[in-house]
Amino acid sequence: MAETKTPSEAAAQYVGLYNDNRALIESACAAPALNAARPAALATLMTTPLPRLGDEGYEKTSVEKIFAPDFGVNVARKNIPVDVARSFKCDVPNMSTLSAFVVNDTFVPTASLADRLPDGVTFMSLAEAARRYPDIVESHYGRLAPADSAAAALNTLLVQDGVFIHVKAGVRVEKPLQLVNIFSAPVPLAAFRRMLVVIEEGAELRLLVCDHTQDSERAYAASQVAEIFVGARARFEMCAIEESSLLTSRMAQTYVAQQEGSATAINTTALTCGVSRNEWRVRLDGEHAESLLSGMAIGSETMHIDNDTFVDHYAARCKSDQKFKYVLDGSSRGAFEGRILVTPSAPFTEAYQSTRNILASGSARMHSKPQLEIYNDEVKCSHGATTGQLDAEQIFYMRQRGIPEAEARTMLMQAFMIDIVDTVGIPGVADRLRHLVERRFDGSLGACASCHNNC
Amino acid sequence: MTPILLDVRDLHASIDGKEILKGVNLTIREGEVHAIMGPNGSGKSTLSGVLAGNPAYTVTEGSATLHGVELIGLPPETRSHEGLFLSFQYPVEIPGVSMVNFMRAAVNAKRKFEGLEPMKASEFLKLMRQKREIVELDANLASRSVNEGFSGGEKKRNEIFQMAVLEPRVAILDETDSGLDIDALRIVAGGVNKLKTEKNATIVITHYQRLLDYIKPDFVHILYKGRIVRTGGPELALELEEKGYDWIKAENRGEEE
Repeated sequence: MAETKTPSEAAAQYVGLYNDNRALIESACAAPALNAARPAALATLMTTPLPRLGDEGYEKTSVEKIFAPDFGVNVARKNIPVDVARSFKCDVPNMSTLSAFVVNDTFVPTASLADRLPDGVTFMSLAEAARRYPDIVESHYGRLAPADSAAAALNTLLVQDGVFIHVKAGVRVEKPLQLVNIFSAPVPLAAFRRMLVVIEEGAELRLLVCDHTQDSERAYAASQVAEIFVGARARFEMCAIEESSLLTSRMAQTYVAQQEGSATAINTTALTCGVSRNEWRVRLDGEHAESLLSGMAIGSETMHIDNDTFVDHYAARCKSDQKFKYVLDGSSRGAFEGRILVTPSAPFTEAYQSTRNILASGSARMHSKPQLEIYNDEVKCSHGATTGQLDAEQIFYMRQRGIPEAEARTMLMQAFMIDIVDTVGIPGVADRLRHLVERRFDGSLGACASCHNNC
Repeated sequence: MTPILLDVRDLHASIDGKEILKGVNLTIREGEVHAIMGPNGSGKSTLSGVLAGNPAYTVTEGSATLHGVELIGLPPETRSHEGLFLSFQYPVEIPGVSMVNFMRAAVNAKRKFEGLEPMKASEFLKLMRQKREIVELDANLASRSVNEGFSGGEKKRNEIFQMAVLEPRVAILDETDSGLDIDALRIVAGGVNKLKTEKNATIVITHYQRLLDYIKPDFVHILYKGRIVRTGGPELALELEEKGYDWIKAENRGEEE
């Protein structure tokens, strides 16, 4: 990209907002680590436009377009009154008592959360953590998100709060933590959300993240950046479920760095959304690290789901596996671009990737693009991509037994997703996810079904 | 004579524009077992597919009524609810759909058609258990995906198990003997015989006389070039076994053009 002195159009309004309100933003946030990172982010935005349709790696999704509308930003940290407990009913009930909310962009713990967390576990507001644990936050914040990413820079420029999770060395958290991101505001809103997760050596963490939009009539945009540090021999499991509205857009970037002997299993599930762009970057920095990245997307109406993966093997003897499946109905759009990088310093790598997709209607579209970059001879790598339709013979067999066509199709679509659901090892979550997927396919989950306003 | 169950009149059907059935007539009454034999490519599987409503085929002429209900034009699931069952020559594997969920959906769809409430879980499991015994189907097959990883014999036993659960009025067994060893054949045929009543009927489509030693037909029809060219008693099957199909072919040479 040529040097430019002005940011892209969409970014310009946020840069302007920042320049006009800099003092307010920094004082309201009051988190030194977050404030310290803003000037560099501003510099990036001044020279690097937000990705547009057709840019390298953005063949189907324009980040520029996601942030182009004139959204409100809660610069002054005004309290938007939302009675979370009363108005929000999670589809994964009682999943975890160790739960917290991010309402728009503000961390809201459940009552007495801090007292109920096991020893060695911190789960709190990122702004508060920046004040209380400046050493940990400063040594990790912004270290994984690449400096040249305009989308990440936009987040860094305007983020005022977020989530901080820390697990001390050797501490194994049996119960999953649950984080629920909610949009609920009286005006169209852009929220800048940030998550910093530090799992020290030999520790274990399980995390369920649910993204919701409370009302389906208003437009929202989420900028979400997560940085996850997984120490030597540590384990991390995450399941991220998106159940938002057709008017909700999300630009989510998740960066994971793994030390030797660590293992991660991350699942991302898009049940309902508007435009959802998700970037997953896993760095295997230490030997014998393992990464499983699985994802599924269920598209209907005009939903747009785009997952981009980067799994980078920097160390020898690591293993990675990526499994993604989409079922697209209506005029929904799906995209998957998956990259595996094996550097010269990573012999004896095992790296796999597969993406299998079903187009359930004639007007749905899927774009998939696997990319392998291998600079090493001692590797076992494979990738596969298929996109097809439901099997006519299977449907006829089921109908012959009396199962109506629509039900047969639903059963086959559910069955198609089973192996992705089964990659989720967090106790209780796989069952819940299976249930959610069933409800999604049978139509009892969606923009209206998940809304509890009874309108 | 007993009442007519299935009445096929001048049935013509094609696939990809090619006419396969060229005027099939067939009358099946309650309590009867009919065998349909014929050389390869004569239209036997097409007939079963057309009767079951496989959308791959187009019916161009004629009718087929099941206890008075016109089948042609009905969706396959409705034909099933009306009491038509097809045991597939090649049962389809459905990974990810368990036998239990599959059968529950099938049973409850039929009950809904009949205006009944879904079956209670305990009642359903009892039904599955009872019907499994008819074809000596392993209990753990129920928890597996439909036909996935089943042996040839297990697949065919699974077909008869489903037939036992759904209690059709007319069952079409399409080459049920293909790929079966003699023990599996005995079990499958035994299952079919146990399900025989005065009210239902069975159509056995087969190449060979072998299966008819176990499932005794009342009538044997020879299907050739899309028409039933000869009908007789069980002795016709024995005659075919002895003489092959060449005399049938010779008799009908050029006739259909």
